[in-house]
Amino acid sequence: MKTRELIEALAADNGARAISTSRALALASAPGIAIALTLHISVLGLRPQLFSLLGDPRILFKIALTILLALLSFRVVLRVAQPGARVRGPALRLWLVPALLAAAILAELLAVPEGLWRQKLVGSNALFCLGSIPLLAAAPLAGTLLALRQGAPERPALAGAAAGIFAGAIGAACYATHCPDDSPLFVAAWYSLAIGFVAAAGALAGRRWLRW
Amino acid sequence: MKAVAGGATAGGKTAQSTSPEDQWALLLRAANSGDAAAYRSLLLKLTPVLRAFARRGLARAGLSGADAEDIVQETLLAIHLKRQSWDESAPVGPWIRVIAHHKIIDALRRRGRRLHLPLDDFTGSLASGDEEPDRFIGTVDQHLEGLAPGQRKILHAIAVEGKSIAEAAAEFAMKPGAVRVALHRGLNALAMKLNAEGR
Repeated sequence: MKTRELIEALAADNGARAISTSRALALASAPGIAIALTLHISVLGLRPQLFSLLGDPRILFKIALTILLALLSFRVVLRVAQPGARVRGPALRLWLVPALLAAAILAELLAVPEGLWRQKLVGSNALFCLGSIPLLAAAPLAGTLLALRQGAPERPALAGAAAGIFAGAIGAACYATHCPDDSPLFVAAWYSLAIGFVAAAGALAGRRWLRW
Repeated sequence: MKAVAGGATAGGKTAQSTSPEDQWALLLRAANSGDAAAYRSLLLKLTPVLRAFARRGLARAGLSGADAEDIVQETLLAIHLKRQSWDESAPVGPWIRVIAHHKIIDALRRRGRRLHLPLDDFTGSLASGDEEPDRFIGTVDQHLEGLAPGQRKILHAIAVEGKSIAEAAAEFAMKPGAVRVALHRGLNALAMKLNAEGR
């Protein structure tokens, strides 16, 4: 087939236009978040007296931090889906999250006597946290990967990892309203590990399914 | 920066004063709002640029330019199927450049070459890639054989025989909508077969 002929076919197919990748990503994250929330409310459940506990800066911090990570990583996901878009800025802004976490850890270490550090770090629910966050992240990850497939990520594994961080952050934000371990030490150790696990799964899935 | 005069008209004619990339953006915007003629015009304008880019890439990898047309066709198909990933407010040049780059790297990888190909001077030699090989049987043709018969005959009627959707619908006693769907699925299947190559 000559190139001119191919172009005729492509022009004839101009009517078949998909919705923009940014819109697809936004639309796909809605059911993902809805499924994560439903799963969260029905299986895990909100922590008893959550709303009266919100005065504790630790609880507020872990919820706000995971939501911030979800927002910041969504910007990265939007950019990696678009060839030629600048990923650097949004990717650098992701560092805000570990920076804030480091500051919170410092505050925690100052506020809590040394003898309790270990207990705060290990918490009471570490394994449950490691299992729950990926479980809650599964639907957002699937939705985001599906939407990314209609985009054109230059580096599929990286795009998958970004989707994994976004989904992991959603899972973590849900889980944060259930989990009784509030110390930034716990968040830094176990939430990070769980989100990292989702990011790795996203990278593997991306390598396989986001090629084009 | 952005040239205002002219704009894309039905025929895809743009003002003389605009840079190539501004013209591409105008045409692609017009295409996105349903102007198939602007879209054809864009793809025709891009083809020599893509061809020159593919030839340069092949030459840099120490390969003959014989396969350049395959790469051009794969790139055009990718631009087509991924055009929703262009954000209309972003410059179109980098978007096209990255897709072309991605496709040439992919093609070289399939041929067992790794190459660091600089992205710059993409629009450098506009004129050098003008001529299309007269008769050309490429990878697209090989994969055409593997398409569902319905998709293949519609693709052939529209691409090679130059029929419109309506004419193809009349010839095969189909609804125009069904022709459109078959064409789109055929192009998608073609891209998937090309992507699966060497994996």
